[in-house]
Amino acid sequence: MRALCWHGTQDIRCDTVPDPKLEHPRDAIIKVTTCAICGSDLHLYDNTIPAMERGDIMGHETMGIVEEVGKEVTNLKRGDRVVIPFTIFCGDCDQCRRGNFSVCERSNRNKSLADKVFGHTTAGLFGYTHLTGGYPGGQAEYLRVPFADKTHIKVPQGPSDEQLLFLSDIFPTGWQAAVQCDIQPTDTVAIWGCGPVGQMTIRSALLLGAKQVIAIDTVPERLAMARAGGATTIDFMEESVVERLNELTQGKGPEKCIDCVGMEAHATATLDSIYDRAKQAMMLETDRPHVLREMMYVCRPAGTLSIPGVYGGLLDKIPFGMAMNKGLTMRMGQTHVNRWSDDLLRRIEAGQIDPSFVITHTVPLERGPEMYKTFRDKQDGCVKVVLKP
Amino acid sequence: MARGLGWFSLGLGLVELLAPQAVSRTLGLRGQERLIAAYGAREVATGVGLLLSRDPEPWLWGRVAGDALDVGTLATALDGRRPRQEAAGLAMLAVLGVTALDLASACGLASRRRGMAAVRRRLPEYARRSGLPAAPAKMRGAARDFVVPEDFRTPAPLRPWGVANEVA
Repeated sequence: MRALCWHGTQDIRCDTVPDPKLEHPRDAIIKVTTCAICGSDLHLYDNTIPAMERGDIMGHETMGIVEEVGKEVTNLKRGDRVVIPFTIFCGDCDQCRRGNFSVCERSNRNKSLADKVFGHTTAGLFGYTHLTGGYPGGQAEYLRVPFADKTHIKVPQGPSDEQLLFLSDIFPTGWQAAVQCDIQPTDTVAIWGCGPVGQMTIRSALLLGAKQVIAIDTVPERLAMARAGGATTIDFMEESVVERLNELTQGKGPEKCIDCVGMEAHATATLDSIYDRAKQAMMLETDRPHVLREMMYVCRPAGTLSIPGVYGGLLDKIPFGMAMNKGLTMRMGQTHVNRWSDDLLRRIEAGQIDPSFVITHTVPLERGPEMYKTFRDKQDGCVKVVLKP
Repeated sequence: MARGLGWFSLGLGLVELLAPQAVSRTLGLRGQERLIAAYGAREVATGVGLLLSRDPEPWLWGRVAGDALDVGTLATALDGRRPRQEAAGLAMLAVLGVTALDLASACGLASRRRGMAAVRRRLPEYARRSGLPAAPAKMRGAARDFVVPEDFRTPAPLRPWGVANEVA
């Protein structure tokens, strides 16, 4: 089959690789009909997340048709239409029973490595670093799904792939980011980053009833899309984020702040960003946490910071004293996709939201490598790339 | 690449600014110390501009112009009557190499700017991509039927006063 494979920094290729096979009675094989490039794939593309190996198949936003199931997968059959969540989970362990699927204790097949690096393992992820299992991803013609009796979202025939695909990651990620804020009708929610997750977070915060949603970015088309979703926008290269947020909140700051940027912030005109770049160049820091610092500064005391943005390693100059003294609550983590998927599927079917609005580019799988660059460099107005194997 | 050139500019500028005698001696340009220090100040300003500005393209064209000045100055050191011809020749090659990088980077950004102009023309299309069936103001709170799980709820003392009372 054809698949997009990682070969090094900024080197993704469309290779021919062996078809996946059932390896365990709880596995299923999916014929992929639609998949997408995620913002977190760009961390792998730039090689800022460690433990990738040459030939690893990329991709964790995938949907398709069940082709084959293992003996123990009794709730799926050939021909079923499924979206595959990016987190692999067993459904049986302590964490899964609590709904904390992204920290499943059994699905990471490199558990001992993760135990050493993270202290305790997290869930296995598709198409990601070997720290999270090194499972082949879904930017391919076929995908093997481990723990398939749990790791799937069965979807009906009506809605299009484009409407359903993002149940795999960015829609529940944006939703969980907003839910982590426990949004109240009096809340101002400030959201850093208007990429695909940021766009989903804006809509989630609005639907959950935030009084005011403020979105921060500098890319004109992304800001336009954020305004379309009901956000007041701040272009961080044109105006002071701190001053504008204070203006918009009568000097009190937003109650809820959401970081949809993560480790590769591009706030090029701030001194701390230059500091981060210099430290990164000297291999003294792995991440550029400008957004985290800014959120801690602007957030209203007793407010909440929600962090769906991906961080990879060691962060410097985090004003933790500020966060402690202001009594901020911090919530973060990979998304417990299936915890939200039934509710979100119902909302899509009811027409409350159509997540396909975010798609700007749809191309065949073979054009995936060039689209990584287009997406990374935000060229051609690119916000979200969908691939058709 | 623009940012890398910014750091290079800053580094080179500081050397020229802080040690003009050493630079002029190395390049066989004795007597030009003030000029070299001035060039250093120019490099530092360009470097800071490249690192801090939103749009580095004008600063890159500034670097290209500065490169032309450098080439002209180094050419005077290659007239055969000055010492250290070899060092000046190597410096000339280095400046020409950096000029090529500056030009490539400036042209790349110019091309990207033209691409951005095309995207800007398409902004109205993005402004229609709400993903919502009605105007955002009408959709605000449409998902208030969602019950936030207990483990995701904000403790009552941290909720707004009125809301905390309502919930209690």
